[in-house]
Amino acid sequence: MVNKVQKYFHSVTLDGEKCKGCTNCIKHCPTEAIRVREGQARIIEERCIDCGECIRICPNRAKLAITDPLATLANFKYTIALPAPSLYAQFGPGVMPHHILGALLDLGFDTYFEVAVGAEAVSMHLREYLGRQCPRPAISSACPAVIRLMQVKFPGLLEHIVPMETPMEVAARMARERAARDHGLKDEEIGIFFITPCPAKVTAVKQPFGERSYVDGAISMSAIYGEILGRLESPTTRLLSSISPARGVGWGKTGGENHAIKEHSLLAVDGIHNVINVLEEIERGGLRDIDYVEAQACTGGCIGGPLVPQNPFVSRVRMESLLKKLAGREQQLPEIPTDPGYYRLKSPIAPRPTLKLSNDIQKAISMLEEVERITAELPGLDCGSCGSPSCRALAEDIVRGYAETSFCVFKLREKLQLLAREIVDLAHMRPPAMGRETVNGTEEGQK
Amino acid sequence: MQMQFEVQGMDFNRAGEAAAKIKKALQMVGMEVHTVRRAVIVAYEAELNIVIHARRGTLTAHVYPDRVEIEALDEGPGIPDITLAMQEGYSTAPPHIREMGFGAGMGLPNINRCSDKLQIDSAVNKGTHVKSIIFNQASGE
Repeated sequence: MVNKVQKYFHSVTLDGEKCKGCTNCIKHCPTEAIRVREGQARIIEERCIDCGECIRICPNRAKLAITDPLATLANFKYTIALPAPSLYAQFGPGVMPHHILGALLDLGFDTYFEVAVGAEAVSMHLREYLGRQCPRPAISSACPAVIRLMQVKFPGLLEHIVPMETPMEVAARMARERAARDHGLKDEEIGIFFITPCPAKVTAVKQPFGERSYVDGAISMSAIYGEILGRLESPTTRLLSSISPARGVGWGKTGGENHAIKEHSLLAVDGIHNVINVLEEIERGGLRDIDYVEAQACTGGCIGGPLVPQNPFVSRVRMESLLKKLAGREQQLPEIPTDPGYYRLKSPIAPRPTLKLSNDIQKAISMLEEVERITAELPGLDCGSCGSPSCRALAEDIVRGYAETSFCVFKLREKLQLLAREIVDLAHMRPPAMGRETVNGTEEGQK
Repeated sequence: MQMQFEVQGMDFNRAGEAAAKIKKALQMVGMEVHTVRRAVIVAYEAELNIVIHARRGTLTAHVYPDRVEIEALDEGPGIPDITLAMQEGYSTAPPHIREMGFGAGMGLPNINRCSDKLQIDSAVNKGTHVKSIIFNQASGE
């Protein structure tokens, strides 16, 4: 937690005090980014995509997400809450978005801007984008964990990603511009805080894909949940009129993007391992009949994020009934920018080739041969006791110089057996001076 | 460096495994993104051709610094007319295979599109030998 100067910012970190060095997390990491060394999990920064799978799986709660505390609000003259659509699904059946938004103001925010409005605007432009020529299938840019996954494991598919800002960024920019216009504020006086369901969004704010993020901080949904809950009934909480466009709010769960786009042939996939399967299919040249792939790292979509307080199956029901209510309402959207340039991602998403064994291709080939050779010698049980997620990963680590064969408990046992045998053999050897047989140890008295 | 995989006819569950392993190997070697992508398509289509049409076969990838060679050797019905098989949409896959979404007649055309050099030898009722060479280069198909 104290690494200060890093090449990559990561929201996901380790609490060294709590980590027991068990191997649960290493086996669930989709990019094999964790190793256990000296009794502690270590995250390989280049490979971590901040999906939060390790946070979910850790039995000791040693994996955590760094988010901004509410106290950060004090650093800004004017603060804006940016609630993710998934926030609306975290409460009881009677709680509507305007209750939650009122509670956010009571909590200390000067105003709010719903990310659902950004999602609505992005949906409109997506529909238009899909009508144009682009690599098929186009892949959603909304889930930052999926984008980072693609940078690491699917660099060949990056051109499929829709080069469009996320609803969070679009909403933040609209909110920022509005605050500057209406209140004559300077850019640095405005503090915009995303209420986040996941660590990947925190990373996307701190280390954006584009040149800058319009968001200043990210507050964990779980951390702020209690504060909101306590204020829902508070007499000081004003009830506000909310916009909450149904289609935009729907982005909070799987299938929501596709529902908002409506036209075209659409595919929705959720859960990081399912996403990997679909991306592999696209990589093999498949799914060309699909126009748009909505891919979300968490099962259920954002409502299944690692930082949400509610069980995702409960929040899905809440979300669905909320959407029904919202769909029946007349919607008054604020003025949405129509210039496609407003939504365009400013720079292309670059690959993050972290799997490479060496920069010298000839050397890398012989290293790979070595990996294959060592893998064949390892037991193939993938037990994880060596601290690497699988036997093959250990072989890679050995070749990269991060591990030794003796890290494998089975190999160690083999070596010990050999050594023990050698010790016995050695024990049977006698120096020449000890060659004569003796009886009862009384050699002298024999004659 | 060489990787070899046994492929069983009609084993759709495992189709794609060899291609996935070849992909990972090429990424570890540090091949260009464009090379990896084309090699994956060639390997997968070649693997799938064995699964759909042949009794059994082997898929081999030879990795060199400047190129990847993918070789598929199978025991099967062979291809009577290779020129015809190279046409997009021409397929000899039976209807039940097509119902599964395979056998659209794009296999060999896709392999051809992604290869820099392609050689196909086939003997009817014996088998087929496909050899594709993909040069390791940054872009330009």
